[in-house]
Amino acid sequence: MRIRKEKTKTTVFSEDDSSVMEEPVDLQHTTLNLGPTHPATHGIFQNVLTMDGEKILGAEQTIGYIHRAFEKIAERRPYYQVTPLTDRLNYCSSPINNIGWHMTVEKLLGVTTSKRIDYMRIIVMELARITDHLVCNSVIGVDSGALTGFVYVFQERERVYEIYEEICGARLTTNLGRIGGFERDFTPSVYKKIREFLDRLPKVLREFEKLLLRNRIFMDRTIHVGPISAERALNYGFTGPNLRAAGVDYDVRVACPYSSYDDFDFIIPVGTHGDTYDRFCVRQEEVWQSLKLIRNAIDNIPEGKHYMEIPEFYLPPKEDVFSKMEALIWHFKIVMGEIAIPAGEVYHSVEAANGELGFYLVSDGGRSPFRLHFRRPCFIYYQAYPEMIKGGVLSDAILTMSSMNVIAGELDA
Amino acid sequence: MDSETITGKLKQHFGEGIIQADETSVMLTVIVPAGIIHPLVRFLKEDLGFVFLTDLTGVHYPEKELPFAVVYHLHNLADRIRIRIRTFLPEEDPLIPSVTDLFSAANWMERETYDFYGILFQGHPNLKRILNVEYLDYFPMRKEYPLEDQEREDKDDRFFGR
Repeated sequence: MRIRKEKTKTTVFSEDDSSVMEEPVDLQHTTLNLGPTHPATHGIFQNVLTMDGEKILGAEQTIGYIHRAFEKIAERRPYYQVTPLTDRLNYCSSPINNIGWHMTVEKLLGVTTSKRIDYMRIIVMELARITDHLVCNSVIGVDSGALTGFVYVFQERERVYEIYEEICGARLTTNLGRIGGFERDFTPSVYKKIREFLDRLPKVLREFEKLLLRNRIFMDRTIHVGPISAERALNYGFTGPNLRAAGVDYDVRVACPYSSYDDFDFIIPVGTHGDTYDRFCVRQEEVWQSLKLIRNAIDNIPEGKHYMEIPEFYLPPKEDVFSKMEALIWHFKIVMGEIAIPAGEVYHSVEAANGELGFYLVSDGGRSPFRLHFRRPCFIYYQAYPEMIKGGVLSDAILTMSSMNVIAGELDA
Repeated sequence: MDSETITGKLKQHFGEGIIQADETSVMLTVIVPAGIIHPLVRFLKEDLGFVFLTDLTGVHYPEKELPFAVVYHLHNLADRIRIRIRTFLPEEDPLIPSVTDLFSAANWMERETYDFYGILFQGHPNLKRILNVEYLDYFPMRKEYPLEDQEREDKDDRFFGR
């Protein structure tokens, strides 16, 4: 911590002389470095706060500490190799990013996926949304002093990761699915695990809510903390639970439906004040809605194949590669990135756990994207942070940050 | 409101300024000169209800006469319509008016575009690099900067279609 003394000039009029005298007055402002590595930032980014005692007068953000140039790397990679890059954006819910990317490429190719694939995708995406919200909401608890709930819901996150493992073999950076479907069908054990999870989570969630939702200390710490009005939130490009907490019912799943979300009936929760408590409540309700969505999708999942018949883009099964000439050729061409992709320009967005995740893809017909831009929700809404914490105290600023769900991987791309 | 109405209103308001308007790439795409970008975005926001700036980014087309494109995506939340605005800038002095006074969200988006393409947004309150280090002396997303060192001899790219 560094104390900076500032000489502020005040003007004093003396009686005998009309000239202006200058008298220095001592004002002490503290400059506090919150980050780059700080336990409360949950990621690497810096805030230089100007403080008057405990009150925050202003903040300046520095980001880019884990910038990995994904957009540049993507310009050299075949389309299917971009998927692992998207894993590392919002790594708390990577399946949503993976599937968002697959859908972007399918939009460029003009491929419509079957209902079965759509429903499978919805199940995976909603599971990812649940884990992301559980992490974010329990971390709000941690930052306000309640560690128990965090440890408690992490057990459930672990169960979702076991489901991912059954589906794709990986846990955190999933590289899940393929362009045109899934790499393999859901096994009976996947259904079993999802159903177990659906039965188990409501109990845990109710207990978690009992711990925090109407807890006097938690409410005192979060209500009217870090608020933002609906108008400012829209102007700042907020999306996701942060925007909905401010009272705008914009959800990509409903506004521009993708992956057959329009087959399902679910509620978009909205808040009123856009403060930390509203953001917490909106996320909590979204977890319940996601549970409902998964249950509906798993009950109504149609029979069929888990991939579309697009041999130019979808890797053939391995046993066919060893026994059929055609499959071997496609396998080779896809892996080496020798497939021509139509030239064009698409923007596709999905409702990621923390907002609208958009993919702006320009193709010139080459083997890799000519230009790929990720619209990362937290990169856009995090710039409102100084405005939201101004005039508050430091401990509230920490809570506001954790309730905004800023993920460093996505912030810096 | 549909895209024909929007195109009609834009043509009525800006006349020759609208170079091209079509829907070939699924979304309504309008190409305009850089000079009218600010009044156009203001008109879209205030009169046509495009209150949400979804995305702002750059593209580099080294082959074109005007090699830098700045691409805006706006969203009319009430009518659920998106619009894409593209504008092209010359290699020397890629100047374009900033829209930060209309959308606070544009602040970092414009800084990012400057950081990676060197596009200068006039009227931006704090146009400096955001993701890269400040002493970087080039704009890394331009096509002339290769991803890997092209002098490398331990890899033969001929076999990888590069």
